[in-house]
Amino acid sequence: MHDSSPKAEAAAAAGLAAAQETKRQRIRMLISALGMLPVLLILCIGFHLLSEGRFFTGQNLGIVLQQAAVNTVLAAGMTFVILTGGIDLSVGSILAASAMAGLTLSKLPLGMLWLPAALLTGLGFGVVNGVLIALLRLPPFIVTLGSLTAVRGLARLLGADTTVFNPSIPYAFIGNGSLTLVPGVASIPWLSVIALLVILASWLVLRRTVLGVHIYAVGGNESAARLAGIKVWAVLIFVYGVSGLFAGLGGAMQAARLYAANGLQLGQSYELDAITAVILGGTSFVGGIGSIWGTLVGALIIAVLSNGLILIGVSDIWQYVIKGLVIIGAVALDRYRLQGSART
Amino acid sequence: MNDPILEMRGVSKSFFGIKALRAVDLTVYAGEIHALMGENGAGKSTLMKILSGAYRPDPGGEIRIEGSPVRIEGPLGGRAAGISIIYQELSLAPNLSVAENIYLGRELSRSGLLARGAMREGVGPILKRLGADFLPSTLVAHLSMGQRQLVEVARALHARSKILIMDEPTTALSAGESARLFALIRQLRAEGLAIIYISHRMDEVYALGDRVTVLRDGRLVGSLDKPEIRADTIVRLMVGRDVSSFYKKDHDPEAGRGHPVLRAIDMADGQRVKGCSLTVHAGEVVGLAGLIGAGRTELAHLIVGAARKSSGRIELEGHPIEIRTPGEALEAGIAYLTEDRKALGLFLDMSCLDNINLAVLARDAKLGWFLDRDKARERAERAFAGLSIRAANVAVPAGGLSGGNQQKVLLSRLLAIAPKVLILDEPTRGVDVGAKSEIYSIVDNLAKAGTAILVISSDLPEIIGICDRVIVMRAGHIAGEIRREAAAPLNQEDIMALATGTEQLDA
Repeated sequence: MHDSSPKAEAAAAAGLAAAQETKRQRIRMLISALGMLPVLLILCIGFHLLSEGRFFTGQNLGIVLQQAAVNTVLAAGMTFVILTGGIDLSVGSILAASAMAGLTLSKLPLGMLWLPAALLTGLGFGVVNGVLIALLRLPPFIVTLGSLTAVRGLARLLGADTTVFNPSIPYAFIGNGSLTLVPGVASIPWLSVIALLVILASWLVLRRTVLGVHIYAVGGNESAARLAGIKVWAVLIFVYGVSGLFAGLGGAMQAARLYAANGLQLGQSYELDAITAVILGGTSFVGGIGSIWGTLVGALIIAVLSNGLILIGVSDIWQYVIKGLVIIGAVALDRYRLQGSART
Repeated sequence: MNDPILEMRGVSKSFFGIKALRAVDLTVYAGEIHALMGENGAGKSTLMKILSGAYRPDPGGEIRIEGSPVRIEGPLGGRAAGISIIYQELSLAPNLSVAENIYLGRELSRSGLLARGAMREGVGPILKRLGADFLPSTLVAHLSMGQRQLVEVARALHARSKILIMDEPTTALSAGESARLFALIRQLRAEGLAIIYISHRMDEVYALGDRVTVLRDGRLVGSLDKPEIRADTIVRLMVGRDVSSFYKKDHDPEAGRGHPVLRAIDMADGQRVKGCSLTVHAGEVVGLAGLIGAGRTELAHLIVGAARKSSGRIELEGHPIEIRTPGEALEAGIAYLTEDRKALGLFLDMSCLDNINLAVLARDAKLGWFLDRDKARERAERAFAGLSIRAANVAVPAGGLSGGNQQKVLLSRLLAIAPKVLILDEPTRGVDVGAKSEIYSIVDNLAKAGTAILVISSDLPEIIGICDRVIVMRAGHIAGEIRREAAAPLNQEDIMALATGTEQLDA
């Protein structure tokens, strides 16, 4: 190591190449982080123009945010799961079961406890999913496909297959009330406040805690994570638990909004919207890559799409077709992103 | 010598203004084994991809095969021109039979139906000629790595290739399989094929090469004929400077060897490892040698709790400890560097910073949960400086680094826990010469500082170069131990004799 000049030269060249490489990486990361934000803005502006200025009104934006709220919460849980390379198909059913459990309890004495009961119901189903996946090593797709069906059945069982009503449910404000920011001028629906808090809490866990790094590690390379001393089973139980908990929260939000729940109909195919939001948000289906902010943008895109298509008078049938094409487009994007990633 | 079979004149290739190859002139003759060497990034794979048709060279150069200029285009272009490439990671479909693999893409059919019988018969003679000990109908998944290599060779011969390019073909082979492959390569040479042999390993190039060509920074820096092939010359050409001592071993084995740090007693897993005991002392570098399949990696996995043991116990600094998971091993101070850093070690999409800090995140965390990002950055930057990891900054994903730098990132993760015992499994596999020598000096410094180090390696010169003592495994047992003595230095023959179970090695 005595002669310095050729080595320094080589190091400088390597540094330059590496700098260019990082610049490219940074642009790539920016693209995958920003990814869909421009799409969201273009959609908003497009709908505003096509609907002759009816999109960007305080009232309509409030509706969009409210419509996005439950899906945002489900998609946040789904982000945890998909980051580990898994999938949770059961969130719609868990949402229904939690709402049913909550509403049923709200009519009993101590009805105030319906909210924690709904959350715990969701958490419980999520943990069961996690235990089956982590400890019995069953494929997530199959386990949650099973609970999609089984939990749906339990949801119907809870209300004896009828619709449960409670017009005087405690905490009803979270479903229909708004948080006043500036009296008389600006307010934000409580549902949206909850969704935003969920996103913030998810960000905190994913990006600022040891557990967050472990979640990314398990998704990036499960065998390496195991060899690096990470308790992979605990991470998996955690992410499915979170997904269940957030589905329970979604159930509570729906129950408070509708004052009612039906075990058969509530939350049908919500899992698909949640998965779409996550994938639109740039989280890779393979695991290990993605961000919670992307998921928020993805959920907003779906809400804007639904709202905008109604505003400009597209029929219900065509809404399905267009949303389906968006899902396929999102997966195509996922492919494209993986091609450009650091995996060699 | 006869006329050249392959001539490249002034072949260049640039990507977005960066020259990967600069006016390379390469001449290869029929019936010769032409070794191609160079550090990672020197341009070997670019050259290979031009010959296979994956890349198109910049205008101005010329490629001639048997005297006539050719244009190699598209993935099948190389094969059409008579060039076959056997990549480091074999490109066989394990779920198909040998015959189906050899015919892949050119399947025989009769009236629209796959003619399996005809395909099996078609490959029979070639397999026989290569001395294969398996049938055309065998599933590739059931073959060993050496046998798979044979299938690749058969595929090349079946396509009537005249030039065979092999990229580090022995990486995944045991010594016995390598020896058989060498015999096969010599046979192919005798049959008039030209073989371009790419390798990092000096001993292979000695054994096989009729000529050696060295690339550096995209330039052809020299071609050596057989009598001129010498390690120091090649290394000087490759790195562009003299490497005074390639293997570094300054630590004094006697001074350090005070107390035993790691003692593994009667370890077994009921399958590949059949009762092995070993001891590693403080400040000692112990080699674990043996053929591939002897159970070395499996033994390491048992020690660190990555696999379940059926019997055996571990003592650390004289105290018995129970290790059930790799996490418990790390907590106890036993770190294991995996042989397969991409599949089992690194998180390629994660930043170097996260990769380096992964094992100590929980220990550094604030309030038990929250990341201490300043400490993590500091630690990563210290690792970059201390191990001279070359990357733009600590935030770049580990997957973008070269093999040597990736290995150093992984090593940094282990060193972050300040291990008492460091188990290195093939620490320099797929690592270029410069980084190799840096890794050796890291190992040497750790030994000086009192770390007990166990090195698993199939690279015998490496074992001999850096170890104080060599434990040899054979078929799941410890076959013996050789200590470095002043009077009798370690040598390959003794190790191979123990590894193969023969008194004498026929070279």
